Amino acid sequence: MFRSVKLKKGFDIRLDGVAEKVIAGETIPARYGVKPVDFPGLTPKLNVRPGDKVKAGSPLFHDKVHPEIFFTSPVSGSVSSVLRGERRKMLEVVVERDGNDNIDFGRENPENLSGEEVKNKILLAGLWPAVRQRPYHVIANPVRMPKSVFISGFDTAPLAPDFSFILQNSSLEEFRLGISALSKLTDGKIHLVLNGEGYLSELFNQVSRLEISYISGPHPAGNVGVHIHHIDPVNKGEVVWYVNFQDVMAIGRLFGKGIYDHKRIIALTGSEVLKPQYFRVLSGASIEPLVRDNVEKGKLRYISGNVLTGTKIAGDGYLGYYDSQITVIPEGEYHEFFGWASPGINKFSFSRTFLSSLFPKKNFKLDTNLHGGERAFVLTGQYEKVVPMDIYPMQLFKAIIAGDIEMMENLGIYEVAEEDFALCEYICPSKIEIQSIVRQGLDLMIKEMS
Amino acid sequence: MSSLRKTLDKLKPHFSEGGRFSKLRSVFDGFEAFLYVSDKVTFKGSHIRDSIDLKRAMSVVIIALLPALIFGSFNTGLQHFRSIGTEATVLHSFWFGFLKILPLIIVSYVVGLGIEFVAAQIRGHEINEGYLVTGLLIPLIVPVDIPLWMLALAVAFSVILGKEVFGGTGMNVFNPALLARAFLFFSYPKWMTGDKVWTEGLTAGLNIADGYSGATPLSLCAAGDTTQLPSFLEMFIGTIPGSVGETSVIAILLGALILIVTGVGSWKIITGVFAGGMAMGLLLNLYSANSYMELPFYYHFVMGGFAFGAVFMATDPVTGSQTETGKWIYGFLIGILSILFRVLNPAYPEGVMLAILLMNVFAPLIDYYVVQANIRRRLNRANIRVNNVVK
Repeated sequence: MFRSVKLKKGFDIRLDGVAEKVIAGETIPARYGVKPVDFPGLTPKLNVRPGDKVKAGSPLFHDKVHPEIFFTSPVSGSVSSVLRGERRKMLEVVVERDGNDNIDFGRENPENLSGEEVKNKILLAGLWPAVRQRPYHVIANPVRMPKSVFISGFDTAPLAPDFSFILQNSSLEEFRLGISALSKLTDGKIHLVLNGEGYLSELFNQVSRLEISYISGPHPAGNVGVHIHHIDPVNKGEVVWYVNFQDVMAIGRLFGKGIYDHKRIIALTGSEVLKPQYFRVLSGASIEPLVRDNVEKGKLRYISGNVLTGTKIAGDGYLGYYDSQITVIPEGEYHEFFGWASPGINKFSFSRTFLSSLFPKKNFKLDTNLHGGERAFVLTGQYEKVVPMDIYPMQLFKAIIAGDIEMMENLGIYEVAEEDFALCEYICPSKIEIQSIVRQGLDLMIKEMS
Repeated sequence: MSSLRKTLDKLKPHFSEGGRFSKLRSVFDGFEAFLYVSDKVTFKGSHIRDSIDLKRAMSVVIIALLPALIFGSFNTGLQHFRSIGTEATVLHSFWFGFLKILPLIIVSYVVGLGIEFVAAQIRGHEINEGYLVTGLLIPLIVPVDIPLWMLALAVAFSVILGKEVFGGTGMNVFNPALLARAFLFFSYPKWMTGDKVWTEGLTAGLNIADGYSGATPLSLCAAGDTTQLPSFLEMFIGTIPGSVGETSVIAILLGALILIVTGVGSWKIITGVFAGGMAMGLLLNLYSANSYMELPFYYHFVMGGFAFGAVFMATDPVTGSQTETGKWIYGFLIGILSILFRVLNPAYPEGVMLAILLMNVFAPLIDYYVVQANIRRRLNRANIRVNNVVK
């Protein structure tokens, strides 16, 4: 029997601009950026200098703490620049594409390799960062063995890509190879969690070692943190790994073809996209050719990822390492006359204080306006409605703000990531930066526990 | 862009740091935020934010208070004209009462918001919206004849010592409106208790008709005179003497409906209070040592400030319990204590105020135990796993 969990808590933000289920013709961007800022807590060390020639799979930088973790170039070409921010923090390493040279990591069947060999191959090719861990929601520590590995088979975030569509257009064989490689890395189970209301598991019957479960409900039901919490929760001292669905296929490709080919199907979405649809691109690709002549006029916010957890990028910025979605929405720099007092037929809200709640099916075009000023915590009982886990969100946030390590531990800091509370941040009437607070808490724990 | 917006943009630099009127920054910001929702955009975290802000949430509470305010105005007039033995139209009564209540509202807002502006200026924060609700609650829970200077003093006391010293809205321990009432109750009992204070003009005592006592149902009960009680229906509708906004249960239930439908007020607390009141009422019925104890429990719901307290005071999210389980317990205990104080302590005919203030103190303790239960669940889960691994 499959395990099946139905979640009631959560909230689906209904936005305009769902991607049409069509994959656009081949677009090959000329520039690629690998961004150390995609990896929280990472201290990067450069391996290249501007002007250096690289192949797909050549290391661009590595982790200072774990020097065996490489971050490699997604394409062959030359390093054109290294962008730095405040205090020389490394922001982007940009590679100009030129030719199709790959580093050959060798084709091998992971079944014939030891766990150590599998791990080293993934590390060397630059796919290790795709493996992340709870606690802390950071790149997995390659030294520790996880008690289980999770793969989320669906995404419930606003305008998220449809995984069943992606699966139809991908290679199940690569997925199978990826799972077979991952299964060398743990003695525990490999969980694939599918949408309880979505596609069936039959496709995955031919993939061995998979433990399939179903979870259904509103966002964040697709978050891997929610899956882990309900299926194999992280207790103090335990480690669980997780890999994005399409990254499993990239790992499979590494073993099947012997190359670092970090391509994926992404959805270009949002109310400001003229033709929202799917694209096949490499991780780190510039989004410029995707959005050129394909967006509305006006000041826009380009997001790598979804509107809740994504990263703000420029119109010619780069797709994040973990993202399979680009969202474009309008900026909201305007003053609204008596905005708080209007009946609000067009104002989308989780609360039922606007008339828009009379239209439960309508989609909305939302902008980046904060809709208010920052205040102390006042209303209660709101966050709990969008956190489908046995966790007290407000108490946890307060413990983090107070820097109370023991309380954070008691309240479940090991199980969560900032993305699990993104909806709390969205609905917060006091406009508190909750995801930043949670990240601070996680960073503090990393520092205290190491 | 409208000319008002242009004027504001032109004035803004003068009120910012280093400007000519920088000492009035908080006032300017407050008014600007009142007129226009800010143009600030998200810069980290979630890129979109809900349309709701505290101003919206607070204005929902104010709308929910309007039925009680409107009925309170009418009833103030009605009681007044009854006391002098003249008939008046509904509209006339309402207008008379409204003009009596308006000064209370103005004093409450001017003093309270004035202090908020100063506090925001000192802290360098934006003005908090909390007082918008408190400022309307206070006039609704005092006798209409209260001298304005007393009201001003009570407001100042509750805002400064009850809220700002703790760090402002969101940090306070006690419900500010009830604190103001408690201040009046203990400092000026002559103006807050007895039969005469509840009806406009009765204390002055001019032209009072024979036989009009002005006694509230609670004081009748406290005196052991339950036979004189108005009918249940009359108390439910609210045409009885009492604090301005507390008498009409119909108006209060209308407000409760608004709070619950919009989700701004916790239905768990409201239900909890009524459940607690019912439990205590039934328990007292078992003993039935006097006629007050024999009173059916639902009479307690329509007398005094029970309903008003349950709907508008107990539901204050800052001073109440913050966990969902805690809200049930918190509400239930308020219900029990309210009736207990009311019936068994003759010194305090109105028990709701003290019950809520007392539970304000205990709310963090309730939350502590609720959260501890969660912590224990998490530890047990870890222990079970360790045991299984060992086996």
